[in-house]
Amino acid sequence: MYVELKQINKSFGDFQASRDVSFGIEKGSLVALLGPSGSGKTTILRMIAGLETPDSGDIIIDGARVNDIPPAERGIGFVFQNYALFRYMTVYDNIAYGLKIKKMPKEQIKKRVTELLELTGLTGMEKRYPNQLSGGQRQRVAFARALAPEPQLLLLDEPFAAIDAKVRHELRTWLREMILKVGITSIFVTHDQDEAVEVASQIIVTNQGRIEQIGEPKEIYTEPKTPFVTEFIGQPTFIEDYGKLKGFRKEKKYKGAIIRPEFVEAFKSDNKTFKDVMDCSEEGVITDILFRGTSLELKLDVGGVTLTTHRSLDRRKVSVGEKMRVIIYRVFAVDETAAYPMDNEELAKRNVKYNHLEAYLYSKDGYFVV
Amino acid sequence: MSKSSAEQKKQTKKQGRVIPGFGLTLGITIAMLSLLILIPLASILVYAFKMSPSAFIETITSENVRWAFLTSISASLIAALINSVFGVILAWVLVRYDFFGKRILDGLIELPFCIPTAVAGITLSKLYSDKGMFGKALGVIGIKVSYTHLGIIVAMVFIGIPFVVRAIQPVLEKLDGQYEEASYILGADRKTTFFRVVLPELRPALLTGFGLSFARGIGEYGSVIYISGNSAKEHTQVVSYVIMQKLNYMDYESATSIALVMLVISFLMLLFINIVQVRQSRRTNDVA
Amino acid sequence: MEKKTRREESKAAKAILITISFLFVGLMLVVPLISILVNSLSKGFGFYLSSLGTKFVSSALKITILATAAAVLVNTLFGLVASWALTRFSFKGKQVLSTLIDIPFSISPVIAGLAYIMTFGRMGWAAPIVEGINNALGTDIQIVFAIPGVLLATIFVTFPFVSRELIPVLNAEGTDEEEAAALMGAKGFSIFKSITFPKIKWALLYGMILCFARALGEFGAVHALSKTRGKTFTLPLEIDALYLSGSADSIVASFAVSSILVIMAVIILILRNLLEHREKGKSGIV
Repeated sequence: MYVELKQINKSFGDFQASRDVSFGIEKGSLVALLGPSGSGKTTILRMIAGLETPDSGDIIIDGARVNDIPPAERGIGFVFQNYALFRYMTVYDNIAYGLKIKKMPKEQIKKRVTELLELTGLTGMEKRYPNQLSGGQRQRVAFARALAPEPQLLLLDEPFAAIDAKVRHELRTWLREMILKVGITSIFVTHDQDEAVEVASQIIVTNQGRIEQIGEPKEIYTEPKTPFVTEFIGQPTFIEDYGKLKGFRKEKKYKGAIIRPEFVEAFKSDNKTFKDVMDCSEEGVITDILFRGTSLELKLDVGGVTLTTHRSLDRRKVSVGEKMRVIIYRVFAVDETAAYPMDNEELAKRNVKYNHLEAYLYSKDGYFVV
Repeated sequence: MSKSSAEQKKQTKKQGRVIPGFGLTLGITIAMLSLLILIPLASILVYAFKMSPSAFIETITSENVRWAFLTSISASLIAALINSVFGVILAWVLVRYDFFGKRILDGLIELPFCIPTAVAGITLSKLYSDKGMFGKALGVIGIKVSYTHLGIIVAMVFIGIPFVVRAIQPVLEKLDGQYEEASYILGADRKTTFFRVVLPELRPALLTGFGLSFARGIGEYGSVIYISGNSAKEHTQVVSYVIMQKLNYMDYESATSIALVMLVISFLMLLFINIVQVRQSRRTNDVA
Repeated sequence: MEKKTRREESKAAKAILITISFLFVGLMLVVPLISILVNSLSKGFGFYLSSLGTKFVSSALKITILATAAAVLVNTLFGLVASWALTRFSFKGKQVLSTLIDIPFSISPVIAGLAYIMTFGRMGWAAPIVEGINNALGTDIQIVFAIPGVLLATIFVTFPFVSRELIPVLNAEGTDEEEAAALMGAKGFSIFKSITFPKIKWALLYGMILCFARALGEFGAVHALSKTRGKTFTLPLEIDALYLSGSADSIVASFAVSSILVIMAVIILILRNLLEHREKGKSGIV
């Protein structure tokens, strides 16, 4: 483990920002701290940086306990949420700041800054001031400035929050490529699950100061361990009386179930693909259709329960009020502490399974595409 | 850019029509401003321009007046510098630290705004005279304050300090702590961070405060005239005092000539402060 | 270890800076304030009262109240009107206009006095106009070296105080609500009364208090325009006259008169602080 947190606790007055936080990060990995605002993710990042001191617990970087080591000596680079570029310094001076502090010879500073300008595609901008740059360029400068003293660990606080939605996508890819190219162990904080899934190789989900789950993006997505993660990831709908749905039995120990759009399949009653499982379906009426760019989002009334599903634009036209056949493949039943995947019993009886990540329905005889 | 600003202009023009009272309020504003401020000031200009240039130059360059300008300008410059140093310290302490008596300290900064200048003048003069509390103590180490240039500076420090503190305080309050944290993480110590990162952020506000303190000092009358001694021989007359003296002798020509030069200096100060503020907003706009 | 020394260092810096602040404010601002009160009572309370009871002082008090009232009234009116014009509309020359309003901040009060002398005095171009009015109406209005001059001078030096407090508040509030009201058909004054005024009332009071404080203590401008003790003198001029007459008694008397103004200044200061706190508290909730 390159970075390790052991039983960290931290309070601000009455507010407990971290409760027994423990996790480890491998060298070279790109980790997202994901959670809603106020979940304590930024506090964790700031404690690793040394900008906050934990009340109890150990922070270990590269085998050494760093609790009492000042930020500047921890070998970290930090990219702030608003970048905190020094407004009265040029791009060059911003990037060179940390090197000048270290009293590096002028020639070497120039070499390093030029190198970083090239790396981040900012060559030619060194004489500009931060307010003459676009949001994306500012992020690049902040990134270069953090990397200049050659840190071993890069920390980024909501690196995309200050950027227009349009360029955000582009920058995610850029940042991921850049970090992988430099090969630096990185931790970034985000409240946006798409961002975490897209950029990180590992996700740590936080909630109310606790770590809820640690895992690869796919794992977090397909195997949520706690009710919180189940409800936070994806596009969840909570249904208390899920026993109403065909193929499911409500058990008393669960308080309800979470259904994602990709667990719901709606098709016309004359659809040949589904003829084998037609009797597993139930009736649902389309109450609303939303255009989502790459697909349609259907709202269905199934026996008084409102469900959401996505529908490919290539499929046949549907309209509001139309009666559809609906199959729910799976739900996540939740109690107070954990989430349990429950598969449709009728489909299971026939040995038909569903892999939502590949959007395939398959039986033991082979696949049939939806 | 140009398109959006044009759009904005269009929009604001529309606003002008939506909210009522434009003509009325602008009319009253200009009328009152003209009657009470601009026309009386213009009278000074008109009168000064009626004078022959040689008479004007003769007045301005007479030894007395030259010394008065030198005294006023140098004393208020030094006072403004002193106020800049203490103003930064006071603003820093009031914004960054919590301590007992903070609110009272904060409130006391305004004292010079509220105390009549003449009252400040007589009490400072008394305190720093050789019989006063400070004057006696300083006299022991051979420093005379009342009736010297030092006295003028003391009075100008007194009246100028709130300008600097109040100019810096809001900027320091709004200053994002991330700038300092970024500097610490990059290895800078507190001193380097203050001088390289914080001070540049404060510089425009500091210049504004300095300018205001300086402008106030140059024109100051009430608080200065008692402590200065007003001796032509020792060059402790300030410009405002000389103008008043000329007025008392009904020497309106000299009074207006000197006043004209003062107006030009004030105008330049105003211009300077405005330029500083415009430049500041140019550098910092939309960089959070 | 390292961190501890850093913290100690910052603690020491904090202590030193706070000490400097208290020393500076104490020595430069508070001691002079206290010394006024001490001086004023140096000949006993009886003397204190008797020096406040002279007819010069009561006349000066009246003039001071009159001038202060005039300044607060005129400048409040101006402040409301000007801030409305400068924040609700955009027009050419707006920046220039707002700079011109600030002129009295940056010029010597003596020049303000001079300006009125050059306008209404014997040499002034407006003197014949005033004379003409007097002849036509059979009145004897004098401006310079008379009470109107004192009022004008006081108004001049406090001219921007109210508008300067209102403009930033109105700018920050924006015009959305006023526009909405106007679109619903509200008329000018009712928009002001029901929408704008509630937003600016504390800033308005704050500006009026500032204007009041400054008007109360104005010296230089009035000094140029007022020459008759007991008739056109304000309290600061009376203090000046007492102080300069030079006898030990009259100097103490001048401090006694000063003490009234100082007490008022302290009350104003407290009021101002309470208001400011209230404002801050309010914006804190928002």
